[in-house]
Amino acid sequence: MTPKWIKNGDAWIWLNAAAVSISIIIVVGLLGLIAVRGLSHFWPASVMQADYVFPGNPLSRIIGEVVDNELVSIDNIRSSGIQIETQEPVLERLLLKTGNRDILGTDFRWLIAINLKNIHYPENIIALERREWGNFYGYIKSVKQHGQIIAEGEKAWPMLQQRLTRALDLAKQIKQVEKNEIGDINYEMEDLRLAERRLQLDQEDNESNLAPLHQARKQLDADYKQLQQRLNLLYQQINQDSLVATVADGTEVEIALAKIVRAYQPNALSLLARIGLYFEKLAEFIFDEPREANTEGGIFPAIFGTVMMVLIMSVLVTPFGVIAAVYLREYAKQGFLTRTIRIAVNNLAGVPSIVYGVFGLGFFVYFLGGNIDQLFYSEALPAPTFGTPGILWSSLTLAILTVPVVIVATEEGLSRIPKAIREGSLALGATKAETLWRTVLPMATPAMMTGMILAVARAAGEVAPLMLVGVVKLAPSLPLDDNFPFLHLDRKFMHLGFHIYDVGFQSPNVEAARPLVFATALLLVLVIIILNLAAIYIRNRLRERYRGLEQ
Amino acid sequence: MTNALTGSSKRHKIRHLKDKAARIGMGLGGISVIIAITLIFFYLLYVVIPMFKSAEVAAIASYELPGKAQIQTLHLSLEEQNQVASRITTDGEVIFFNAANGNIVNQFKLATPHQAQLTAFALDSLASHIFALGFGNGKVVIAKSVYDVRYNEHGREIIPRVDYPYGDNSISLIEDSGIAQLAIKINDEQTTLAFLSTDDRLFLAHQQEEESFLDESDHSSPVAFVTQEIADLENVKQLIIDDEQRLLYALHNNSEISLFDISDKDEIEAGERISLTDAGVEVTSIRLLTGGISLLIADDSGEISQWFPVKKDGDITLEKIRHFKNTGQGIELMPEQRRKGFLSVNQQGELTIYHATAHRELVSQKISDNALLHLAVSPRADHIIAQSSDNKISFVKIQNEHPEISWSVLWDKIWYESYDEPSYTWQSSSASNDFEPKYSLMPLAFGTLKAAFYAMLFAIPLAILGAIYTAYFMAPKMRAYVKPTIEIMEALPTVILGFLAGLWLAPLMEEHLAAMFTLILLLPLSAFVAAGLWQLVPASIRLRVPDGWQAALLIPYLIFFTWFGFAISGFVEAWFFAGNMKLWVSTELGLDFDQRNAMVVGIAMGVAVIPTIFSIAEDAIFSVPKHLTFGSLALGATPWQTLVRVVILTASPGIFSAIMIGFGRAVGETMIVLMATGNTPVMDLSIFQGMRTLSANIAVEMPESEVNSTHYRILFLAALVLFFFTFMFNTLAEIVRQRLRNKYSSL
Repeated sequence: MTPKWIKNGDAWIWLNAAAVSISIIIVVGLLGLIAVRGLSHFWPASVMQADYVFPGNPLSRIIGEVVDNELVSIDNIRSSGIQIETQEPVLERLLLKTGNRDILGTDFRWLIAINLKNIHYPENIIALERREWGNFYGYIKSVKQHGQIIAEGEKAWPMLQQRLTRALDLAKQIKQVEKNEIGDINYEMEDLRLAERRLQLDQEDNESNLAPLHQARKQLDADYKQLQQRLNLLYQQINQDSLVATVADGTEVEIALAKIVRAYQPNALSLLARIGLYFEKLAEFIFDEPREANTEGGIFPAIFGTVMMVLIMSVLVTPFGVIAAVYLREYAKQGFLTRTIRIAVNNLAGVPSIVYGVFGLGFFVYFLGGNIDQLFYSEALPAPTFGTPGILWSSLTLAILTVPVVIVATEEGLSRIPKAIREGSLALGATKAETLWRTVLPMATPAMMTGMILAVARAAGEVAPLMLVGVVKLAPSLPLDDNFPFLHLDRKFMHLGFHIYDVGFQSPNVEAARPLVFATALLLVLVIIILNLAAIYIRNRLRERYRGLEQ
Repeated sequence: MTNALTGSSKRHKIRHLKDKAARIGMGLGGISVIIAITLIFFYLLYVVIPMFKSAEVAAIASYELPGKAQIQTLHLSLEEQNQVASRITTDGEVIFFNAANGNIVNQFKLATPHQAQLTAFALDSLASHIFALGFGNGKVVIAKSVYDVRYNEHGREIIPRVDYPYGDNSISLIEDSGIAQLAIKINDEQTTLAFLSTDDRLFLAHQQEEESFLDESDHSSPVAFVTQEIADLENVKQLIIDDEQRLLYALHNNSEISLFDISDKDEIEAGERISLTDAGVEVTSIRLLTGGISLLIADDSGEISQWFPVKKDGDITLEKIRHFKNTGQGIELMPEQRRKGFLSVNQQGELTIYHATAHRELVSQKISDNALLHLAVSPRADHIIAQSSDNKISFVKIQNEHPEISWSVLWDKIWYESYDEPSYTWQSSSASNDFEPKYSLMPLAFGTLKAAFYAMLFAIPLAILGAIYTAYFMAPKMRAYVKPTIEIMEALPTVILGFLAGLWLAPLMEEHLAAMFTLILLLPLSAFVAAGLWQLVPASIRLRVPDGWQAALLIPYLIFFTWFGFAISGFVEAWFFAGNMKLWVSTELGLDFDQRNAMVVGIAMGVAVIPTIFSIAEDAIFSVPKHLTFGSLALGATPWQTLVRVVILTASPGIFSAIMIGFGRAVGETMIVLMATGNTPVMDLSIFQGMRTLSANIAVEMPESEVNSTHYRILFLAALVLFFFTFMFNTLAEIVRQRLRNKYSSL
């Protein structure tokens, strides 16, 4: 006999329940995975030293940080041609970040755990984060100035810290000169070149018009020379110090302090120092620029680009979306046509985003941008100004993509406002415009806000269309700077979502970049979840507010 | 008093004006926004349409044949800028003339051997402008038309001249006979000449470039050709060497062709001999299509056919690929230089433009009242000149931007050059002009549907079953948390899912393939087991848990089983899959295994569409009127019976529309497929293989496609297809949903 719990369908109910549970596990699991992997990246892990015994090979010393481990069956190991004498059916394999890419060729190495002997964590191991070649792990031997040893042994580490502070300060100055001051001069030079070209095109390139330009150029050239001299001096100063360190196998290497971003002794850190370092790295991640083909350093330009693009987009999308919604709900005659338009608008939100990207590239970039260039920027041609992907076109494309979201949300808000309020206002003698402006629209603001937030949340996560209309892996300058007209709508920009795609899939060193991608993903997810929760919160408040009015 | 009144009426007027302005402003603004967002559809269409337009032909000028009219023309040509044309005549003259009016620009008598009769002419290729003349005394002269471009105050000026790349001394190929037919092919490494002597012997003369060729002055001295006899052939009308210098074709008896494999010049093999036409039908023109692989053959019956060598069972045979019928009498053919198109003129004075791959006749127009004999196409294929039998030249402008596209190219199997059989292939770009672009949207559409199919396979059970439970059985308190949690997933950027799929899930799955399949079986089973186990729990505990919290209880239970699945996967692998499932798949099933395969995409994209389906289906089930369910329960049906027979039945249109919208989303998704598959456009349903979807293809190829090229427009077409597809699905779903809403409100 079939048991009752099968006959009455209880078993099926449990199956349905399992579907919900699995969905929840997936959601929470994914978010948890991103959070754990993203946040753990900044934790300064201990660096171990061990002797690696590999049958048939001489014993080798290894220094590195364990970043991953997995269990592998002995069959799999043997089938890949590695001979191991053991009775265990399953072996542990460790992924060690050995750093020193300039010496070893790679940063990472898979090792079989049981072959590691004599594992210990010496306190005097140093870890250096460098501007190129990734991390360095080893022992400090001495610090040099102009090639002369100035500190050795015990004294080397304190001396290094002292000298490094100075080098970092100089590096900051160099960056200031190179990026800002020389960058400004280049920008002005380019302006002058375009102005001259403009005059040529207008056939007004006579002496009197050109003279001030030449004058200005002379001045800029002089400024540039001066800066160049200052830069040379700074480079001389920063290049004076170096350190000598030994790596795992005892080889000595010399590293210029100019190449070092951070130095610490990972095994000597106290818990408090570790936490401090953690937040320092986290801050670097958020506020600094990327290094080493985006695989190290921060993601500030990507955050900035995303925010900027989304801001421009919301400035564009909100008024237009609201106007369309007000028209559809308050002015248009409600009939078959309005209903059709409503369905069509609703469905445009379901059209794949890449289609909008194609449209943006064809219509905005090539058609509109190309024509704008012909009309207003002919002096720069054939180099395109607006006839190439840029932040303005990205924002416009995403505005078109998200305008249905704003329309739908605003319409919903408008439809929730009780008729009595409109009629009351009209009965008191207000015109329709006044009714709208004074009563209906203020009451619908939360709905508009909801629409805008949802639009922003969607736009922040879209990548596919942006790949066609303006995003790049590394933008030389931000779309906002101190050069007139400050906001450069024609520039290309970096974007968090594209950063994830680019670093995760196009980068030469995926293994090294992976934790950074998780961290970027975490940031993006957080932003979007917060935006969505805000939208949900506002919507719920709105409902509460009108529930009172309806009764 | 009156003042106040006028004041108020003034204000009244202003208020009315404002109201009117607002009305007009809102109307204009609203309508223009709506137009702006529908613009996307029209713009896509506007870019796509030119692809399907036929070509346009317009005669610009007609003038007397430049040079001596009574001397026959051997060859006509037109240079890149369409300014200068040339005519090579049987008395060994090259006449350069202005293409627009026929005025002679320059005229050269070619360096011919003393006292010799010009008996044969051969062209290397249209692009190189190199040609060879064969003489009655067994000598040849190789010459080249050169168009020097100079810029002066009048703009661009083209100065034509004749050059002799092998020196202006003639080369003696044969001592004891004359040259009756000649063919020549030149590339960077070698030069091959094929010729037929007046006594019907076929020879091959071959010259390999030496390393010392660096020295340009080598040109002036006569180069040594190695000549060898390869066959005796009668009645030869034409010799043709393919561009790779691997095959020699000899047309003889007006309708038969003989193949010679000359790829190894030391060991020439005579190939098959094929009849090109039906008995009694003569070939009127035979040309190599651009790329030098296909032969175009026109015959007396008015048929033009395309043939190319195909490998069959290790042998190379010439195969008839496609043909055009009823094209007129006395056809002369001319291929385009940069595309797989060709043109024909005939005795009726008609000019016809074709495209070989697209199997498309683009336009046919009468441009002369007399028969047309010779034809030259400019390199850009935008102008032609044609010589008619009354010794006139017509200069014709052609507008023919996108001949490569036809319905069959996009959606049918096409037999491409160098392929052994017709196939669906997407291969859009290559560096060279000779490349035959393969624009079949089939593999992409197939990939799109495949990805969506596997995604739905994963998403539908989870989302629909979950929605049923959440809407119908779950405790309201728990529902308040569960619904937003799943819905928040909808906002998760797909780039993150794609990245997780590509960099985390794909390697994990490759490593633990058996575990994945174990879980697919184990998890549903474990849910049934849970139902049974729950009955065994003492009633005192069981009754303390309120109804509708099963899902919460199951979470730790299922996590345990997931772990358990991974733990036993090793044994599963050992028992069923000989220790290594990945190996087993490739050896036992014979399937290729990609790390980034359809299963990865299915799961990742499934996760992306679960919230969409879940949310809509849940709404539909939840809003089934309560009196229906209460009635059913009151009649003694169990909750499950009520669900299956009443609730799901009523809500089924809503569930259906949820699936449609989910499917629409899966079809258009870009980032996940871009990151989680290998993006190879293969047509294979296997779950262990990747695919390339329409959307990913756009993302990959759009940035590098040239504006307004055919490739660019095809990508727009792909976007339009996606647009249509999703718009249709969404509209259908929306209509179903609205109907359902009306039904509920009437219940």
